Amino acid sequence: MAEITTLTEAVDGLVRDGDSVALEGFTHLIPFAAGHEILRQGRRDLELIRMTPDVLYDQMIGVGAARKLVFSYGGNPGVGSLHRFRDAVEHGWPHAVEIEEHSHAGMANRYVAGASGLPCALMRGYRGTDLEAHTQVETVACPFTGELLVAVPALAPDVSVIHAQEADRAGNVQLWGIPGVQKEAVLAARHSLVTVERIVDALEPRPGGVLIPGWAIDVVAEAPGGSQPSYALGLTQRDNDFYRRWDPIGRDRDTFAAWMDEHVLAPVRS
Amino acid sequence: MSDLQTIEAARRLTGKRSCFIGVGRPSTAAILARAVHNPELVLVYESGTIGAKPSRIPLSIGDGELAETADLVVSVPEMFNYWIGPGRVEVAFLGAAQVDRFANLNSTVIGPYGSPRTRLPGAGGAPEIAAGCDEVVVIAPHSLRTFVDELDFVTTVGHGDGPGARERLGFRGRGPTAVVTDLCVLEPDPQTREMTLVQLHPGVGVDDVRAATGWTLAVAETLRTTVPPTDSELATLRELEAR
Repeated sequence: MAEITTLTEAVDGLVRDGDSVALEGFTHLIPFAAGHEILRQGRRDLELIRMTPDVLYDQMIGVGAARKLVFSYGGNPGVGSLHRFRDAVEHGWPHAVEIEEHSHAGMANRYVAGASGLPCALMRGYRGTDLEAHTQVETVACPFTGELLVAVPALAPDVSVIHAQEADRAGNVQLWGIPGVQKEAVLAARHSLVTVERIVDALEPRPGGVLIPGWAIDVVAEAPGGSQPSYALGLTQRDNDFYRRWDPIGRDRDTFAAWMDEHVLAPVRS
Repeated sequence: MSDLQTIEAARRLTGKRSCFIGVGRPSTAAILARAVHNPELVLVYESGTIGAKPSRIPLSIGDGELAETADLVVSVPEMFNYWIGPGRVEVAFLGAAQVDRFANLNSTVIGPYGSPRTRLPGAGGAPEIAAGCDEVVVIAPHSLRTFVDELDFVTTVGHGDGPGARERLGFRGRGPTAVVTDLCVLEPDPQTREMTLVQLHPGVGVDDVRAATGWTLAVAETLRTTVPPTDSELATLRELEAR
């Protein structure tokens, strides 16, 4: 059964300097509140794993929390560049970040392998691209047909963090809408934290709902609005204006630092 | 950028069953196609929404309206392993920062990989989408910056190094069937697989296209002219952009 605690205690108990940490949520249900709490607690030297780094990892990289980034698409969806990510890769600011990149299909299959307890996953992909030479993939022959396939190594983060709409008091979690790779990320990880919009007495089954039992999760913490400026379908709206506003904030080092100090790093007043 | 590029891309979805789309211009073109040419068109977004029916152009591929209007919403592993990989989606619209003569695409870096001048977003779903979908339509602005002799990085294979390349790599789809730009349409030569100028937008000359292309462009013997936007196409596009 998952322990239900505060976000502050959850992050304090689970995330160490140097950990590999996956904060997942494919455009929808991005765990911003948990990521910000990791930054407020000053965690550093992290291996940050995420298919689409999005504004959240732009912030974490820009603050200097990342040693390495494992990803498949580092853009601000519909807007353009993630300028803090670019500054780190192009100019090593605030320090150099090691990168390991894949395709979406590769990352998704790496999580599937991790959730399955397998060392790797087989897929068609990467062949003929320059990615093959710059990332962790190996060509293997299918033992039954001889077809050349690609093996990608399993992802097994020290900690996976996701956001969901609801949990009950036993820590059983339900999310609905775009499910991304959240279930796989939780099951692939050594430890997991799920933040939720609300804790309810009983989960009401939803069409297309993804259920993760409390006994497969370490910690659940309530964080209303915890995926903003992303969203939780049915409860909050994606703040598209914020994603547009982020472009000039993220573009300039000083503007970024001041914004982070004011909105994220300053102690939370509730 | 011309409306005609969006409108011409949309026309390519007439009679097609399904289309895989990213954000931006491809999304606008596919929504326009559904509104004007093909109301049954199944829109598939990388975020996992299959059969989405957006009433306006989404900013991100994960906007709430896509999930709320979809026929089904699937996880990312299911999207790539069950739907994209086996070729269940007919057409894919892809963009890129660089395109070469075989419609191979770069969306990873400008400059050397280890010390890039410009770090681009990366592969996303493109490599496997281009390998698996039956056909790919590339949508890109026509300039020397984009249409280059040699890619800085091969993110996504189009027709590789020419005839037989896709077959050798074991790809199931036919690869790029068109590159739609703001000047013209290029299509692969049946023998060489090289992207060849086959259609000019009204008012554009062959020399304009040559001047914006970074390799010695192959030109078809007979060139078509793009049909100017119809009232219905233009009105629907304006309405979509205003929402």
